[in-house]
Amino acid sequence: MSTETKYGYLAPLTEKSRKSAVHYAKEWFGSTDAKRIGVMYVIFALFMGALGALLSVFIRAELLHAGPDFMGPDFYSTLPGMHASLMIFFFVIPIYTGLGNFIIPIQIGAPDMAFPKLNLVAFWILPASGMMLLSSYVFNAPGFGWTAYPPISTSAFSPSIGADLWNVSVILAGVSSTMAAVNFLATIFNMRCKNMSFFQLSLFTWAIIVTSLLILAATPVLSSALIMLQLERTFPGAFHFFSPAQGGDPILYQHLFWFYSHPAVYIMILPGFGIISEVLPTFSRKPIFGYSVMTWSLVAISVLGFLVWAHHMFTTGIALRVRVGFMFLSMIIAVPTGIKIFSWLATIWNGSLKFDTPMLFGLGFLSMFTLGGLSGVVIAAVPIDIQLHDTYYIVAHIHYVLVAGSVMTIFAGLYYWFPKLTGKTYHETLGKVHFWGTAIFINVTFFGMHYLGMKGMPRRYFDYDPQFEALNFISSIGAFALVAIQFVWLFNMLWSLKYGKVVGRNPWKDGTNLEWYTTSPPQHHNFPEAPVWTPIDRSHGHNTGGPKRDADQLTEPLPAE
Amino acid sequence: MATQQVAESVSDVDVSGESLGITNGKIGLWTFLLMDAMTFAGFLAGYARLRWTPDSNWPNPFETFGVTGIQLTAFNTFVLICSSVSMVHVLSETIRGDLERARKWMVVTIVGGLIFLGIQGFEWTHLILEKWPYLVGGGAVDYNLNFAGTFLSLTGFHGAHVAIGVMYNIIIYLGLRRGKITQENSSLIELAGLYWHFVDLVWILVFTFVYLI
Ligand code: HEM
Ligand SMILES: [Cu+2]
Repeated sequence: MSTETKYGYLAPLTEKSRKSAVHYAKEWFGSTDAKRIGVMYVIFALFMGALGALLSVFIRAELLHAGPDFMGPDFYSTLPGMHASLMIFFFVIPIYTGLGNFIIPIQIGAPDMAFPKLNLVAFWILPASGMMLLSSYVFNAPGFGWTAYPPISTSAFSPSIGADLWNVSVILAGVSSTMAAVNFLATIFNMRCKNMSFFQLSLFTWAIIVTSLLILAATPVLSSALIMLQLERTFPGAFHFFSPAQGGDPILYQHLFWFYSHPAVYIMILPGFGIISEVLPTFSRKPIFGYSVMTWSLVAISVLGFLVWAHHMFTTGIALRVRVGFMFLSMIIAVPTGIKIFSWLATIWNGSLKFDTPMLFGLGFLSMFTLGGLSGVVIAAVPIDIQLHDTYYIVAHIHYVLVAGSVMTIFAGLYYWFPKLTGKTYHETLGKVHFWGTAIFINVTFFGMHYLGMKGMPRRYFDYDPQFEALNFISSIGAFALVAIQFVWLFNMLWSLKYGKVVGRNPWKDGTNLEWYTTSPPQHHNFPEAPVWTPIDRSHGHNTGGPKRDADQLTEPLPAE
Repeated sequence: MATQQVAESVSDVDVSGESLGITNGKIGLWTFLLMDAMTFAGFLAGYARLRWTPDSNWPNPFETFGVTGIQLTAFNTFVLICSSVSMVHVLSETIRGDLERARKWMVVTIVGGLIFLGIQGFEWTHLILEKWPYLVGGGAVDYNLNFAGTFLSLTGFHGAHVAIGVMYNIIIYLGLRRGKITQENSSLIELAGLYWHFVDLVWILVFTFVYLI
């Protein structure tokens, strides 16, 4: 075990890489240290997210005014799908994997992930598949949205090789994410430090367990649907699973797709729930309210998440009985989600709050994500959804849950762990500017879309009725500002890397999990010797035996025996 | 190289914390199998949906494959099950320390897998050339083309699993022969065995769905 260094895992390992940046980069690219892999995930995901944001700027530029302005309809129709594919498969999902890679082994007191090499392979599949996705723009990118419904996605209607590239790239991204999920589960199940039993795990760790199970059970179904689609595209004479002209069933594709993609929305939010469950207690200086209820509602959400997929298919002509069943189950999901919202509220209730930037993002998430959840309940109602399906109301909904939800939690996490990742503070005022700008412009961009959808503006269209112009104009301006304000964040991060103040182990003072016990930044292998967790007393006064501590006490693991 | 050092020493680090009492590899393989099972579930769900719709015109499998065809595949199923049994022997002989016999059983397992693939290849050729000539540019047929499509995708995907399993087993065999796998790390064989049994189990499902009902 190397001695503690000031730069921890960031320090070059060999003399060569100390001298040359190329060698240093090479060392990173081949490193099996989960922390370095995690950072690579985060940087890669942010880069892809920036490209996704660029495409959304194109969308909003075209929709600034009614009528054609900047581009042709063919190019436009590639944008919603490519934007969404980038954001979903290459930004939100991998960035959570990255944060998980960095934090999870530390939170459970392990030196690394269970399969370090698999971890590295899982990461490197992503840039390759991302390149495939982007290169489809060279050959005619597909214009069928991120959902790729047949028949438009069959070779008859999307003959370009760009569509094949899209398809294979999404399959590969799925492979990468299942590899990461296998790794997380083996790590968390088997490498916990002494005394870290399942109900001592942090809620972020729990969220990653549940998300990994969702990934394992859902993603392969998407893969099989996409493999069938690819067979049908490549051998149009032999396979006709989905194309109705030859006896295939396009609704079958939708069932398989949403069997994945509804759980996928939880894959995109549950790790965020985990982050919020770390941030709120730290800055309220109170333990999380209802720890065990919080874990069980995570489990409940993930189980129910598999039983609601057809709420995306209310207008496809499936039987009314089936739709009513799915409507009922969809509304039930609001119960465990509500339990979580109220437990977070109870966590900050009566706490002595500190309004640092991560907390602001946490509170922003709490208030704005709830709006997205509420519009979700609205469209889960069959009669209402028949009216609102494929309108801008849906676009408003997905962006309240994904931007005001997932993206807010991602920023909360990035600010919260920035001192741990880098050993430096970020600039607090710039962080606050970034938060308020983001929170305000999200609403400017997306709130009016509810109204546009109600009035009947369809989504994914190149042009719209002039009566919608005012709200679209506002939304576009909001979107430009929303993208622009992110540069404040980028500047803050880069500036702080150089000029931030050096921090100690527990810069927030109230962090109670193991990551705040190790150095900032952590060393290779995270801890000089395997820590022993002092269990948190969750017995409400019925404590029996063994050393225990209150949940809000700082983590001071017992010295190893 | 220093990065290598990190990787190696990680496995050296004593993780004597809370563990489930089984190896990481086993958890990894079980979770992988969960994933793989769901992939098959996707294909099987597609099959079921295309077949059991009111006017699918699904051909009778007995007529398409013929009695000999079904018997041949039943024999093939038997071969695969036998190779699963011999895989069990590989593990128990290794644990007992009789590596000589373990190697022999491994050869049996590998040969079983190869026979399975051979018969399947024969069956595919026969079906494509004689029953479904439209696949190779021949004339059209009037029954539901999804019968052939789902057959080829399901058995093909499963066949790919068998092929990977055979390669996996060959690697284990070489490990046994070079003395890299012994009593101490017999858990490597256990993992290969789990995978092999899984492939067997899935085949029984596929066989039942595609050929028997
Ligand atoms: C700068 C922030 C963003 C802006 C301005 C923006 C803008 C848009 C717009 C205008 C559409 C509608 C395209 C259409 O159907 O006509 C859209 C669709 C979509 N966006 Fe975003 N978006 C942003 C961020 C995100 C993020 C972070 C995610 C994912 C986490 C995301 C996920 C989606 C999804 C899933 C769709 C639906 C695509 C489809 O069904 O075709 N967006 N976005
Ligand atoms: Cu859904």
